[in-house]
Amino acid sequence: MAQTQAEHSQEPTRRDFLYIATGAVGAVGVAVSLWPFIDQMNPDASVEALAQVEVDIGGVAAGQSITVMWRGVPVFIRHRTEAEVEAARETPLDDLPDRLARNANLPEDATADDENRGVPGREEWLIQIGVCTHLGCVPLGEQGDFGGWFCPCHGSHYDMAGRIRRGPAPENLHIPEYEFLDENLVQIG
Amino acid sequence: MSGHGTYHFKNPVVRWFDTRLPVFSLMKSSVTDFPTPKNLNYFWTFGGILTFLLAVQILSGIVLAMHYTPHVDHAFESVEHIMRDVNYGWFLRYLHFNGASMFFLAVYIHMFRGLYYGSYKAPRELLWMIGVVILLIMMATAFMGYVLVWGQMSFWAATVITNLFSVIPFIGPTIVEWLWGGFAVDNPTLQRFFSLHYLLPFVLVGLVVLHIWALHVPGNGNPTGVEVKSDKDTIPFHPYYTVKDLFAIIVFLIVFMGFVFYAPNFLGHEDNYIPADPLVTPPHIVPEWYFLPFYAILRAIPNAFLGVVLMFASIFILFLLPWLDTSRVRSGTYRPMFQVFFWILVAVCIGLGYLGAQPAEGGYVVAAQILTAYYFAHFLIILPLLGIFERPRPVPTSISESVLGKGESGARAQADATAAPEHRG
Repeated sequence: MAQTQAEHSQEPTRRDFLYIATGAVGAVGVAVSLWPFIDQMNPDASVEALAQVEVDIGGVAAGQSITVMWRGVPVFIRHRTEAEVEAARETPLDDLPDRLARNANLPEDATADDENRGVPGREEWLIQIGVCTHLGCVPLGEQGDFGGWFCPCHGSHYDMAGRIRRGPAPENLHIPEYEFLDENLVQIG
Repeated sequence: MSGHGTYHFKNPVVRWFDTRLPVFSLMKSSVTDFPTPKNLNYFWTFGGILTFLLAVQILSGIVLAMHYTPHVDHAFESVEHIMRDVNYGWFLRYLHFNGASMFFLAVYIHMFRGLYYGSYKAPRELLWMIGVVILLIMMATAFMGYVLVWGQMSFWAATVITNLFSVIPFIGPTIVEWLWGGFAVDNPTLQRFFSLHYLLPFVLVGLVVLHIWALHVPGNGNPTGVEVKSDKDTIPFHPYYTVKDLFAIIVFLIVFMGFVFYAPNFLGHEDNYIPADPLVTPPHIVPEWYFLPFYAILRAIPNAFLGVVLMFASIFILFLLPWLDTSRVRSGTYRPMFQVFFWILVAVCIGLGYLGAQPAEGGYVVAAQILTAYYFAHFLIILPLLGIFERPRPVPTSISESVLGKGESGARAQADATAAPEHRG
C-alpha cells in the first residue's frame, strides 16, 4: 500500500505517456472514421451536377414574370416595367431593413441600390431566387404592400427590386450567379 | 431494479430461468409488487396510456413501412395505395396518423399533471428531464413522419422547419444543406427522414425505459405531494393499478377510435391530400395542431433568429423548471396562488395554439407576443417569486391521513385504504 502511494506521487511514468498516447490516437481514429457517416448527408454528385440552367427569356414581355427551377429551387425572372424600375430606384437606402445587395455577382458588401440588384444595361431584368429569406417559402408575385412579392407564410413584403421592406425575413431575396449569353438567353448558375 | 434472490418461484422452470437471468424477479419487483401510493387519481394513468400508444405507433408504423415507398415520385401515390388497395390499409394509416395526435394529447395532459402536482421537484428532477428529452424526440419523430406523406403541407412543413436551422450564425446555411442533402427539400431529404422516422421510436423506447427506471428509484409521486412514509400509504401496482390503467386505456381508446372511424381527417389538413409542389407555397401554412403553440411563438417575433431561439427556449426552459420553482410544497393542491397561475398558463398555451392557426398579421401577432411574454414570465418570474410570497395551505402528514381524514389512523386506516384508494385524490 505504501509502495503504491509512493509510485503515484512520482513524476509521470512511461506508462502514463502510453495511456495518453493510446487514448489520443483512439480518439482521433474514431473522429476520422465518423466523417464518412456525416459527409454522406451533404449534397451528392448528382445533385451538384444540376448546378446550371439556360433560360430563353425572349418571350417575356415587360410586366411579365416567369419562374424556372434551378437546383431544386424556383428562380423568379421578371421583366420589369419602366415605372417599376423608376420606383425601385427612388427608394432611399434608409428605408431598407437589409442594406446589402445579396447579389452573388457582386462583392458581398455591395449596397442594396436598385443598380446592384441587376446587370448594367439590363436593369429591366430582375433575376432572383424565389425563396423567402425567412423560412424558405415561395413568395407570391405582384402582391404585398410594396408592389413586389409577398410571402404568405409569415407575412414578409418585398419591393419591386425583391428587397425586404416589412415582415420577419432578415434579408433581401438572393440573386443567383447568372450572365446574359446573348440578347434572349440567360445562364443561371 | 435489483430484485435478485428475493423471490421464490414455485414453478421449477421459472425458478431455473430466474436464477440465471432474473427477469421474473424484475417483473415482480418493478411491476406486480411495486409499491404505489394508494391515492393516485386518473391523471396518473397517462403514463400507461402513453406506453400503450407508443406500442400502437410502432406496430402500425412497421406494417405501413411494408407498403410505403420513400421516393419523391412514389411517396404520395404509395400512401394513396395504402389507403385504397392494401387490405385494411385505410385503418392502419388512420390509426398511425391519429395515433400521433393522441400521443401528443396524452403527453400534454401527462406534462400538465406533472406541472400541477410538482412532479419535477426533488428527487424527481432527472425523471422530469428525461421526459422533456422524450418530448423533443417525439416532436422530431412526428415532424418527419408528417413529411413522409409528401403532400403540400408535408413539403412546406419540411421546408419551414429545416430552415429554422438557417438562422444559426455563420454555419446555418451549410447545416441546412447538410440536412437536405441538396439545395432544397428533395428526394435525399425524404429518404433520410424515412430512415430516421423508423429509428427514433426505438430510441423513444430506450428513453421510456430510463424514464420508468428513474421513476422507480424514488417511486411515484401522488396528488398530496407527500412522500410515502410507510406500507400503509401504498398498494401493489398489480392488480390495483394494472386494472385502473387498463380501464383508462379503454376509455382513451373510445376517443382515439372515435377519430379513427368517424372523423379520421378532422385533425389533419386537407392540403396534405395535394401532392407536394416545390413551386407553389400553400397560401396558409399551418403545422399539425400539436405544434401550433410553438409555431405561434416562432411567428410572434419579427426577427427570424430570435423567433427560433424563443421557440426552442419554450421547451428547453422545462429543463430548468425543477430549479425555477422555489416553493418547498410539491403539490399544487396546497398552493392557492400557484393554482391560479397554473390555470392561466393552461389558458395561455391553448391561446397560443389558437393564434398559431391564425394568419400572422395585425392583432394576432400582438396577441401572440403578449402570450409568449407571459409564457416565459410564468417560468422565469412567477414561479420563483411564488415560492417566496405564497402561503401554502397545511400539508397532510401522510398519504393515509389525506385519504382518511385526521384522527383516524392505525388498523382502520390500513383496512379501508385499499378499499377506496380513489377518494379525495
